[in-house]
Amino acid sequence: MEFLNYFSNVFTFANILILILGTVGGLLMGAAPGLSPTMAVALLIPFTFQMTPEQGLIMLGAVYTSTVAGGAISAILLRIPGAPANIATVMDGYPMAKNGRSTEALHYCFISSFIGGVIGILVLIFFTPVLADFALKFGPSHMFWIAILGVTVISSLDSKSIIKGLFSGAIGLWLATIGYDAVLGVERFVFNPIFSGGINIIAALVGLFAIPQVLSMLEGKQSQADQFQMEKKSLLESFKYNISRIKALIVGSVTGTIIGLIPGAGGQIAGLVSYAQIKKTSTNKENFGKGEPDGIIAAESANNAMVGPSLVPLLTLGIPGSPTAAVLLGGLLIHGLFPGSNLFTVYAETTWTFINSLLVAQFMMLIFGLYISGLAKYVMKTPTHYMAAAITILAIFGTYSVQHNFADVIVMLFLGTTMFFLSKFGFTAAPVVLGIILGPIAETNFNQAKIIADTQNGIFDYLTAGPLNLTIIALCLISILYGAYGDKAKKEKK
Amino acid sequence: MNMKSSLIKKLLLSLTFILSFFLGNMAVQAGDYPDRPISVVVAYNPGGATDFQARLVTMMAAHPKKDYLGQPIVIINKPGAGGKVGWNWFASKARNDGYDLAAYNVPHFISQSIVFDDTKYNIDNLEPIANWGADPAVLIVGPDSQFNSVADLLKFAKANPGKVTFSGAGKFVGHHIAFLQFQKASGVKITYVPHTGGVPALAAVKGGQVMAGFNNLSDAYRSQKDIKILAIADLQREETFLPDVPTLKEEGVDVDNSSVNFRGIMAPKGTDPKIIELLAAKVPLMFNDKKTLGQMKKGGSPMRIMNRAEVQAMWKERKKSLTKLLAGLKAE
Repeated sequence: MEFLNYFSNVFTFANILILILGTVGGLLMGAAPGLSPTMAVALLIPFTFQMTPEQGLIMLGAVYTSTVAGGAISAILLRIPGAPANIATVMDGYPMAKNGRSTEALHYCFISSFIGGVIGILVLIFFTPVLADFALKFGPSHMFWIAILGVTVISSLDSKSIIKGLFSGAIGLWLATIGYDAVLGVERFVFNPIFSGGINIIAALVGLFAIPQVLSMLEGKQSQADQFQMEKKSLLESFKYNISRIKALIVGSVTGTIIGLIPGAGGQIAGLVSYAQIKKTSTNKENFGKGEPDGIIAAESANNAMVGPSLVPLLTLGIPGSPTAAVLLGGLLIHGLFPGSNLFTVYAETTWTFINSLLVAQFMMLIFGLYISGLAKYVMKTPTHYMAAAITILAIFGTYSVQHNFADVIVMLFLGTTMFFLSKFGFTAAPVVLGIILGPIAETNFNQAKIIADTQNGIFDYLTAGPLNLTIIALCLISILYGAYGDKAKKEKK
Repeated sequence: MNMKSSLIKKLLLSLTFILSFFLGNMAVQAGDYPDRPISVVVAYNPGGATDFQARLVTMMAAHPKKDYLGQPIVIINKPGAGGKVGWNWFASKARNDGYDLAAYNVPHFISQSIVFDDTKYNIDNLEPIANWGADPAVLIVGPDSQFNSVADLLKFAKANPGKVTFSGAGKFVGHHIAFLQFQKASGVKITYVPHTGGVPALAAVKGGQVMAGFNNLSDAYRSQKDIKILAIADLQREETFLPDVPTLKEEGVDVDNSSVNFRGIMAPKGTDPKIIELLAAKVPLMFNDKKTLGQMKKGGSPMRIMNRAEVQAMWKERKKSLTKLLAGLKAE
């Protein structure tokens, strides 16, 4: 119970002020398309130069926590995920908002984020020594299978047509091959030097979701206020319902925790994988994609449960469990805090204050998040032409700010416009983005596996050796078979 | 009446604006550079080693009590393709008025300019200002590795050609250069496994996914408990952080300092020589600031401050040795 000794450290005036600022700022940054948690933390690192290590880490931790949850705000209200972690939230969040249940959807989002987040931090507090070496076990072969597990999710993302979903996923995988490949050391599909950096994932995310949304807003004639009939549901009712969805909460939190521990996988996969799991095992599958609260609950508890565990390998071994944790590593090093056992001995006070503050940040996120939920109705009542303009500005600003590259803005607009026309034929954006996320993970690790395997007994042997590989392969098979079986059962029912 | 006065106001305003514009320009010519913030392009992601070091070494630029630049330096990240995106932009699009500077990484940008056909930069169209740091590559193995010295490793590698795997942060970067030199000098065949960055490459050594690797001295120094550091690929030992680690030369493998990751600041070609002169005089002083040195040491980042002439010589020498080493390795 060492962490309890340092609990009071969190509650100084300055620390609480930083926590509040970090949380509110984080929620807003998370809601802005383009400002992903990784970007937000990276942008704030220079500000920590002038702070004490505790204050700096508290701010970065609060921002990390709340940007992940904040991304759900735009996912639910605008159908534009604030960050890759919130893609799965769009699936049922936006339909709920469309049915006039936006406030309720946001309630579920923040309550589930809170529950998942607290579970994640508790794992970080109590199981760090046990789990420290877990991340080291993941080599190229395991990461390859994790990516394949992600690909199996595609079939459950698109409820209308699996073929179209797979085709969209393939387009995403192809887009991911554009640019310079670090393992092979060559460039592919670079017809113009602007593509040598590849397709930026945030540019693609913003383009594929925001631009079709803007265009269809301009297409429609009625204002959003006419479309949306606001239903009222009290916060207490939301709480009661949310807590009663134990299965969705467990699926989300467990998936998020495990994926957080795996180096480099991160929240984007956590949300999608847990969404797919809850959908497959649900008794009312038909409701998913039409505004099923379980979809939000599973996705949001997963991406926040990922936050704490992603710090386990970071703090003990210097191996980040998510892209955002990788940036946080820079924040630690600047203050002379080197990951490893020293953090829990020499710098125990700083480290435990930081971890405890993450726990407090969950409460802050809940309070301010629920407050913001109440304001959702104003967004929904804004006339569509204003919304369309605002989203376009945010999309362009957000995309440019990622890497100060105007080419990204052009790519974003191009992908978005293409997606708008493809969506007329029943294609959806989520599998494309999933392809872009998973492509590099699968390919890089396969290429590394091939190089290593050639010095041993060949690629087949390398990819199937050991219990960890076999476990992940089994999970992939279960995921595919369960999906196929579910489809068959559905057809027979009809 | 009201309209008239507002018209006069507008006229006066624009006149002042135009005047101030001319005066401003005259001021620049009169040598008042810099009179506004300077941007430094970093060709890597925020939070990475080059990024946070660049932020640390430039943080004192505008300090009111010091006579450095008197204007703040703003870091702008333009990452992608191992640095190529940012440097291509810098060499072809940056303004040469002294307000667009960039951070360089040697050997990365030089080896890229040799290996790839579509790079717009090379040592001839960039003007070095000063160097702040040097991060040599070190040869590392896992904590439970059977190898305790370079000799152990070479003995095993000779008996099992191609079976020893080395990780490093991608191709044509410092780690890869160190690997190529090591393989050439020792005459044994080893397998290089490129990773997407230094941190994942280090994790692969810690987790035993690969048998050994070349990694940054600074990162290896920070994780000494989880790895064994066998040697350093430089001409001399690193006295501040790792005084006990021998150089590869001491271990009998003839590897020089071609792979050392030098970081510094440069300007685009065509920048006013007076401005370059001013920066070349002030920037090394700024790097040498006590507070900067303290912060860099706390972060485990080895400093090596070099002036413009020294960097020019280093670039030329690196170009020569890398061209020789990378001959026949041109990327298709």
